[in-house]
Amino acid sequence: MKFTWFNLMPWPYLPDDFREKNHSVWVDIPNTLYDPKKGHQVYHQYMDQLEYAESVGFDGIGCNEHHQNGYGLMPSPNIIAAGLARRTSQAAIAVIGNSIALYNPPIRVAEEFAMLDVISGGRLLAGFPVGTSMDTNYCYGQIPALTRDKYAEAHELIRRAWQEEEPFAFDGKYNQLRYVNLWPKPIQKPHPPIYIPGGGSIETWDFCLDYDYNYSYLSFTGYLRGKKLLDGYWDRVAKRGKDESPYRGAFAQTICVAETDQEAEKLYAEHVSYFYNRCLHIHGGFADAPGYRTIKTLQANVLTAISEDVQKLFPTLTWKQLVDEGYVIAGSPATVRDRMKDLIKGLHVGHIFCLIHVGNMPDWKTRYSTKLFAEKVMPYLRDMWPEWKDDNRWWCKPLEDRLQPEKTIEQARQDGRLPL
Amino acid sequence: MKSRMIETKRRGINVRVFEAGSGAPLVFLHGAGGLFAENPFLDRLAERYHVFAPELPAYGESTGEELLEDMLDFTLHGWDVVAALGLSKPHLIGHSMGGMIAAEMACLAPNDLTKLVLVAPVGLWIPEHPIPDIFAFLPHEFAQYLFYDRAQGEALLTGGLDLKNPEALSEFYIANSRRLSMAGKILFPIPNRRLSKRVYRLTAPTLVVWGKNDLLIPTVYAAYWQKLIPQAQLTLIDKAAHMPPYEQPEAFVTAVTRFLG
Repeated sequence: MKFTWFNLMPWPYLPDDFREKNHSVWVDIPNTLYDPKKGHQVYHQYMDQLEYAESVGFDGIGCNEHHQNGYGLMPSPNIIAAGLARRTSQAAIAVIGNSIALYNPPIRVAEEFAMLDVISGGRLLAGFPVGTSMDTNYCYGQIPALTRDKYAEAHELIRRAWQEEEPFAFDGKYNQLRYVNLWPKPIQKPHPPIYIPGGGSIETWDFCLDYDYNYSYLSFTGYLRGKKLLDGYWDRVAKRGKDESPYRGAFAQTICVAETDQEAEKLYAEHVSYFYNRCLHIHGGFADAPGYRTIKTLQANVLTAISEDVQKLFPTLTWKQLVDEGYVIAGSPATVRDRMKDLIKGLHVGHIFCLIHVGNMPDWKTRYSTKLFAEKVMPYLRDMWPEWKDDNRWWCKPLEDRLQPEKTIEQARQDGRLPL
Repeated sequence: MKSRMIETKRRGINVRVFEAGSGAPLVFLHGAGGLFAENPFLDRLAERYHVFAPELPAYGESTGEELLEDMLDFTLHGWDVVAALGLSKPHLIGHSMGGMIAAEMACLAPNDLTKLVLVAPVGLWIPEHPIPDIFAFLPHEFAQYLFYDRAQGEALLTGGLDLKNPEALSEFYIANSRRLSMAGKILFPIPNRRLSKRVYRLTAPTLVVWGKNDLLIPTVYAAYWQKLIPQAQLTLIDKAAHMPPYEQPEAFVTAVTRFLG
C-alpha cells in the first residue's frame, strides 16, 4: 500500500454564518473574506504539515488545483510542489494535478512538471484532471461541451512533448505550435506516473485503461458510496482484459485518528462539520455546467459527485452519520485500521490519498492525527496486497543519488552559516 | 403543426423542421430553450406565411451537434437548412439565441434574405449591463427572468411534465443539459462572439422586438442593436419579458406581420 498525505488547503477563517449569508464557497465567494496576512501564516502552516507527513513516513505528499474558492487555496499547485521539492527528499510529490485544458498552451504543464521532476530528483506523480466544472467552466471560462475535447488535445501534446527527441510541429484545434521542443525534460522515463482524478465520468475509465494510467476517485461522500463507482471501474478493467493490480486505483478518504473513538469525536467533529457545511457549500448551478459531463455519463446515472441533493444533505449530517456511513473514517487506531481494511479491500485500491487535515483543524490536531495514523495504522495496512507487492508501475522512480537540499539547508543553519 | 426530418447537404446533419401555411417563406430560429410543446404564434404566422421552424442539432429530434462547434459552424448550418428546404430569400425571425444566429446569417449573406426580425436577440455585451448567467441557473430560477407571468412560464418551461416524478425529472434534466450544452458553444461564458464587428454587413430591413419587462436581456440592449443597425425599427411589447412570442402572441404577430407585409 502507498499512502499519500494530501492537504486540500481550505481557508480556515470562513465565518460561522458563512452558509446562510453566502451564495457559494466557489466561483463567486466574496474575496473580502480572504485576508492575505493570515494567508501568509496559513500557507506556511499547510506546507509545514506536508513536510511533517514525510518525516513520519508517508510515501507521498499531495496537492491539487482549484480556483476562486475557500475550499482549496492552490490555484497553482506547482508553486506548492516546488516548495516541497526543496524541503523534502524522500516522499513522492503528488500533484493531482494540473487541469491541462486550462493552460494556454498546455506545453506549460509539460515544462513545469518536468521542472518539478528534475528539482525533486524524479519524485513527481503527475495528475491530469479535467477540473471541476466550477474551476474549468465558471472560473476559467472554458466552453463546457468542448472541455473534454480540449483536454484530450492537451494530453496528446504533453505526452508527445515529454517523449519526442526532435522539435515537432503540432497542429491542434486549440493549440497550433510550430516548434515543440521541451527543455527541460523529466527524469522519469518515458514520463512520470500519470494519475487521472475522476468524479464519475465513465469515459475516464477507458481513457485510463488505454494508457494504463492510475484512476483516482475523489469524493467526499466516502468509501461506502464510492464502492458503486469503483466497482464499475473494475468491471471495465476486467472487460478490457487488463490485470487487476490495485495500484491502478486510488481513493481519497477523510481520516481522523485519536486515542479513542470518543476522543476522535471530541477533537475533530467541529472541523469535519466546518468542512461539510462551509467548504462544500457550492451553489448547485456551478456544480455541473450543461455539457461538462457527456450525455452518456448522465444517462448512466453515476453522478455520485456533488449534486444538489447531496448539498442539501450535508448540513444535516451528524458525526455519527458521517462516521457510520463512511464519509469520514474516524476513531481509535484500532477502529481506523478496521475501517481502512474494509475500504482497501472493498474498493480494491493500492493508493490512499489521506485527507487528515480537515476544514479549520488547528496545526496540533492535524499533527496528532497524522502521527497516530503513521505509527499505529499505516504499518498494519502496508502488506494488504502481497501478490502485487513489486508492482511499482504507478509509483515514482527517483534518482538514487539525488540531492537532499533540505538537509543542506539544515546543516548550514546548524553551522551558523544561515540566520536562524 | 406537422414536422418532418431533412438532411443538410454534404455536412449531413439531420434536422426536424416544423412547417405550416403558405405564402412567402419565413424561417423561425428558436432560442436556447428550444421550441415548446405548443407554439401558437407559429400557427398564427402560418395563416399568412409559409412557416418553417427548424430545430438546432441537440434540440428535439435533431442530431449532429458534434459537427457544430463555433459561431461560423452555426451560421453556415443556418444557411444549409435554408438550402435543404429549397427556399429562396426567406424572411428570417430569430428569438434570443436564434436572433444571434439569424443576425450572423444576415451578416454573412446579406442578399440571401428578404427581411429580418430579431426578438430579444443575444449576441452583444454591454459591460455596464451584464446579462445574467443562464448556465448557472437552477431549474426553478429560469421562469423569473424569462417571463412576466412567472406561473405561466413555469408551466411552459416544463412542458406539462410532472417533475416530482423522478423519471420525468431525469429525462427533463438530460434533455435540458443536451440543449444548453449545445447553446454553450456560442453563449458560454459570455454570449458575445464579436457580432458587433461584422454587423456593418447587415443591410436587410430589420425589426427588433423586445419585451418591456425583459429581466434576462434588459431593453438597453434594444437601443444598442438599433444603434448598430441604423435601418432597424423597434417594437416594445407590454407585459412581456424575454419570451414575447409566447407571452403576448397577439401583439407579437401583429408587429411582425405589419413589418413583413
